[in-house]
Amino acid sequence: MADSVIAITLRLILSGAVIFALLIFSFGTAAAVASKGDGFGTLVLADFSAIRFTIWQALVSAILSVCLAIPVSRALWRQSFFGRRALITLLGAPFILPVLVGVLGLLAVFGRSGWISELLLFFGLGRISIYGAFGVILAHVFFNLPLATRLLLQGWSAVPGERFRVADSLGSNSWAKFLLIEWPMLRGAIPGAFVLIFLLCLTSFTVALAVGGGPKGTTIELAIYQAFRFDFDLGKAASLATVQFGICVTVAFLACVVPLPKLGGIGLDRLVLQFDAWKHRKLDLIWISGAAVFLILPLAAILFRGLGNILTLPGQVLTASITSLLIALISTAVCICLALVLSLSLAYSRLNTQKIAEGISILGLSTSPLVVGTGLFLMIFPFVHPASLAIPVTAFVNAMMAMPFVLRVLMPAVREIYNDYLHLRLSLNMGRGVWLMRIVFPRLRRPIGFSVGLVAALSMGDFGVIALFSDPELQTLPLMLYRLMGAYRMDQAAAVAVVLVAQSLFLFWIFDQGGRRHSIS
Amino acid sequence: MRNLSLIAGLFLASAAVADTPVLTVYTYDSFVSDWGPGPAVEAAFEAQCACDLQMVGAGDGAALLSRVKLEGSRSEADIVLGIDTNLMAAAMDTGLFEPVSIVADYAVPGGWDDKFFTPFDWGYFAFVQNVGAETVTNFRELAASDLKIVIQDPRSSTPGLGLLMWVKAAYGADAQEIWNDLDDNIVTVTAGWSEAYGMFLEGEADMVLSYTTSPAYHIIAEQDDSKTFAVFDEGHYMQVEVAGKLSSTDQPMLADQFLKFMVSNVFQEIIPTTNWMFPAVTPMTGLPEGFPKALSTKKSLIFSPSDAAALRKDALLEWQTALSQ
Repeated sequence: MADSVIAITLRLILSGAVIFALLIFSFGTAAAVASKGDGFGTLVLADFSAIRFTIWQALVSAILSVCLAIPVSRALWRQSFFGRRALITLLGAPFILPVLVGVLGLLAVFGRSGWISELLLFFGLGRISIYGAFGVILAHVFFNLPLATRLLLQGWSAVPGERFRVADSLGSNSWAKFLLIEWPMLRGAIPGAFVLIFLLCLTSFTVALAVGGGPKGTTIELAIYQAFRFDFDLGKAASLATVQFGICVTVAFLACVVPLPKLGGIGLDRLVLQFDAWKHRKLDLIWISGAAVFLILPLAAILFRGLGNILTLPGQVLTASITSLLIALISTAVCICLALVLSLSLAYSRLNTQKIAEGISILGLSTSPLVVGTGLFLMIFPFVHPASLAIPVTAFVNAMMAMPFVLRVLMPAVREIYNDYLHLRLSLNMGRGVWLMRIVFPRLRRPIGFSVGLVAALSMGDFGVIALFSDPELQTLPLMLYRLMGAYRMDQAAAVAVVLVAQSLFLFWIFDQGGRRHSIS
Repeated sequence: MRNLSLIAGLFLASAAVADTPVLTVYTYDSFVSDWGPGPAVEAAFEAQCACDLQMVGAGDGAALLSRVKLEGSRSEADIVLGIDTNLMAAAMDTGLFEPVSIVADYAVPGGWDDKFFTPFDWGYFAFVQNVGAETVTNFRELAASDLKIVIQDPRSSTPGLGLLMWVKAAYGADAQEIWNDLDDNIVTVTAGWSEAYGMFLEGEADMVLSYTTSPAYHIIAEQDDSKTFAVFDEGHYMQVEVAGKLSSTDQPMLADQFLKFMVSNVFQEIIPTTNWMFPAVTPMTGLPEGFPKALSTKKSLIFSPSDAAALRKDALLEWQTALSQ
């Protein structure tokens, strides 16, 4: 390539450093835990049934989330209506909801005395019961459909509008357009979205337990929990964490094997005009309203519970909200910088190298928060007082946890830019500065805006990992929420949840909107 | 020049802080929260100790013990407050605790005699329900009824483990049978107390595993007397929460002073309406209006820490077998 040896070396060092950080976060922490215990522990029969259930429920939840997301995201992309943008933002809310709050919201709608049961009782029918495998999957779809929808929507919007124009002018019907234009895009986008959601469901245990109806719903994460807390069997916790890595690697590998279609072809950065959107309007509106009802009703229940109590909240809520905001912004800055460094330095690399880097980043997602927290603690404790590192550690953890989502969005975007425009740079002998400022960043503006928003919103809610680093002076919104719940104050906790969700959504909206403004593509 | 004096001032201030001895207490999270006993305890102790009391929340009771084990003898903590009787044996086994003997007129049923740990509050596990709803008076009746209950998982939650011990203490060899029959009453099993209690308040179940003192919260703090608990004739299992002094402490005198303060009237008066548990030593003003009565010693079930530790594995297996069918 036209680059100097120095530039290549720099790229190697930079990407190497980020990958090293990602490996420390996943394998490093597990190894630290194992070394504190007596090496990796052995697993027993009960652990294997937990592993089986975990994989099964994650598989079903991920498949369902992605399948439902296809028609929903297509409808949202194709139709324009008043409040579309606001709806898309709002539909993202369940993904950033603290799990505990989300589960209570779901139960207010689908529970034994939820709205639906009450309605059924009113018509003389029985209650519905969601407890069991059905409940686990329903809850996981509720939390993850928003992410799947957004990722696919991103894919749909990335298809150059010209292709549809050409198709329209050639008189293609919608099936032909789906087959030739949309399906190749979906084949590229679905495996990534599927893997992310699969891993999220793999490590979630509050949901699996709360609506799983009993120890039948035991997941690997719960087994890790037990190993840690009651048995203090660190070796076993490390083994189970390794099993999670193993599942993660297998699934990520399978997803990689799916051949990616070559999505070449550039457009003139024009917005797509859907000439035949009206034909699908009815069906699309059914999908949109279906998803909206499913996702927004539980949110409404939370709002309903919390809004009335906002004024009863103590003054500390303000400090907590500012602290959370700061942590979210720092985490976001760290995450986006690292992700940009990695995607840009790997831009010239082969597709497989990029995939491996992304694969390493998703390892962090498959790791247990408890193992990560303990591992980091064990690494830091001999040297520094952990509480004094509360903010940097939180920022690091949030950044690492959010990295896979960001890379999922940024890496393909960078790849596409380099695929499509690199010849332009070479033929014009463009300097690096001009290339980055004029070509790359303007085209990345939208994916960056989206990912910044996502990281910021996610970092607002994160809590689990940092319990060991808790600084007595540092009060965040999620911490406040859990403490209120632990002190019987469920109503005030609901109010904090409303503040938390509003703040997260607001951050997401600002950045996403900022990326959209003046953006190309 | 002004900058210089400012910097000097900062140094002096930090020197002054360094001169004040710091007592670090690790405890569970809800103890230090703004709604727990923490803030009042801190103010009261600092008023008499000329020290800086730092209370660090470290998750819940089980997470607290893991934290202590992780840190080992290098821990910054001087006192660990909030381990319960089910975890005491495990805490003892760490060898990190120092024997202390704090004499007080303990109100803990069955008395208190332990070389290492000092109790600060205690309670009974119970099924909390709405006033006027159908009720039962023991586990057999509960299992035979159509009542729906939410419980906590004994693998992740202290009350969950307490329930396991409760059934074992009341039914011994028949515990397996009780769990088999209870299976269809259990709506779901949650990871922690908060989810379970929240679900109960949302109307997801008729009863929730909590404490006999839970209704007192609603009566005293919310003027809501719609909650009560089901009195079980086989008795209620107890949870005694204790504190211990770490051998590695660099403030042994101050730690002793804190433990004495912990069983004093000032501390004990704070407990009932902040931690919603029975104080280990009844305060001079008695228990607040709305608090339940303590049961007779015979109805106060509890295993010794070593028995509890020995029974846990089998009890857990029984529970898992019954509920996994």
